[in-house]
Amino acid sequence: MTQPTTLLTQLNALAGSFFLLSTFGMVATRQVQGCLRFFVLQSVFLASSAFLLGLHPLSWHLIAVAIINLVNKPILIPWLLRRTVSEEVYTRREITQVLNIPISLLIALGLTIGSYYLAAPLLQVGAGLPALVNLPVGIAALLLGAYILTVRREAVPQLLGLLAMENGAFFASIAIAPELHLFVELVVAFDVLIAVFVIGVLTRAIHEHIGTTDVGSLTALKEESLR
Amino acid sequence: MTARIAFNFVQVAVVMVFAPLLAGIVSRLKEIVQSKHGPSIIQPYRDIWKLFHKDQVISEESSWIFRFTPYLVFITPIFVTLLIPVLTSYPLFFAFMGDMLGGGFVLALGGFFATLAAVDTGNPYGPMGASRTRLVGFLAEPVFMIVFFTVSFVAGSTIPYIVQQRWVNPISNFFEPTHVLIMLAFFMLILAEGGRIPVDNPSGHFELAMIDESKGLEYSGPAAALMKWGGQIKLFVLISIFLNVLVTPWGLARTITVHDLAVAIPLVLAKVFVFALVLVAVESSLAKLRLFRISEFLGAAFVISVAAMIAWVFVV
Repeated sequence: MTQPTTLLTQLNALAGSFFLLSTFGMVATRQVQGCLRFFVLQSVFLASSAFLLGLHPLSWHLIAVAIINLVNKPILIPWLLRRTVSEEVYTRREITQVLNIPISLLIALGLTIGSYYLAAPLLQVGAGLPALVNLPVGIAALLLGAYILTVRREAVPQLLGLLAMENGAFFASIAIAPELHLFVELVVAFDVLIAVFVIGVLTRAIHEHIGTTDVGSLTALKEESLR
Repeated sequence: MTARIAFNFVQVAVVMVFAPLLAGIVSRLKEIVQSKHGPSIIQPYRDIWKLFHKDQVISEESSWIFRFTPYLVFITPIFVTLLIPVLTSYPLFFAFMGDMLGGGFVLALGGFFATLAAVDTGNPYGPMGASRTRLVGFLAEPVFMIVFFTVSFVAGSTIPYIVQQRWVNPISNFFEPTHVLIMLAFFMLILAEGGRIPVDNPSGHFELAMIDESKGLEYSGPAAALMKWGGQIKLFVLISIFLNVLVTPWGLARTITVHDLAVAIPLVLAKVFVFALVLVAVESSLAKLRLFRISEFLGAAFVISVAAMIAWVFVV
């Protein structure tokens, strides 16, 4: 497990820790705009990690992945969300959640420790040095994205939780399986855009029909379920 | 040997003399950012001087705790100054008297007595502010512990001087994730323990909203001067620990000569000035948090510090 650390692997570790930190930020923030900004930060750090991993054993493939991600997630997804979801959803200050924020943060911490514990036997098989950082952080972001999806009661943060899961899986895979065919990467990126578009249109429809995107109040059958 | 003892006392003198200057610079810079002129930089010195020449009025209902606390609040940060590297990078005479955990506990002792004294006089605003200070204090304790444990784990020792020499030893360690996360968590801790925005408003006069300022509400005369000065020294001590152990352990005196020490003083003051700029930028761009959001702020600091520990334990 002890391999010589170079500057690139240390910068990659730094990008990994900021990636984890921005995922924690997505769990801990109260506003829809804040959640979106942390998601953008998370995608930027994913792209920078892919870029750093593609530099040393020079792999144009990873650098292309970085560029695709940099265009797709920080720029296109917020733009698409703004076009499909109405403005009022963005000005919502407080997101209702099932648990309050300090408990959410403690659960997020527990999930992170659990993901490091899960990744430990996988890493002993003899992975390279970047995988030591990327795999546990990727699994942690996957679990945290699932947690956000479960706990938030608004539509847009739930969507962002799903996208955070996808980011996490990507982050783990760029260190383990960097030789994935470029065609598959492009298809995945396009799929993400389609998912955002569909969910955005659905959210606008829900908002126009019911007046709120509070998913928790969609459980009753009658129209008087407005709180 | 005598040089080490003398330098230890010079270190304490430097901290005592320059702590009000830091407070003056920070308040002046905050006013300049708001396009006002602001008080003079040496105004805290004038305030302390004026308070030392005034009479003291003590409530008849108060006990020995009220009279004893100003001395304790003044002395506990000076005690911690003996233990931390302020000017030198080699351990001085009292350096092994206590480690960072002991220093943290000594500072907590001062805070504990300040809280008790605020309840002592029967002023209605005192216990309110005291209970809020305890809220912030007990939420900040786990963060303190985890930060100290992580730092000691990484550097292999709990004495600040040894940590300082091993922490950023190859410069590339500066970018290590543990280091960056610990810096962030400790900075949030300084904001909470020093009573800065976003946790507390240090220049507010509104007793209903006071958190840390309430400890000095009932004091007058020399006792008030000691409480004020003690608070400023505590902030200077926390900033010294942050800068000289964690962030920039360079620019300190390397050999046991008076010349090196004299060169180290302006360098350390320059580092503290840069930190004051960062502090003013953070304070001017954030708003004071609502009281129940403080637990979220400190919860985030706790999570960051545990993430730093995870990044060290599991990766290396």
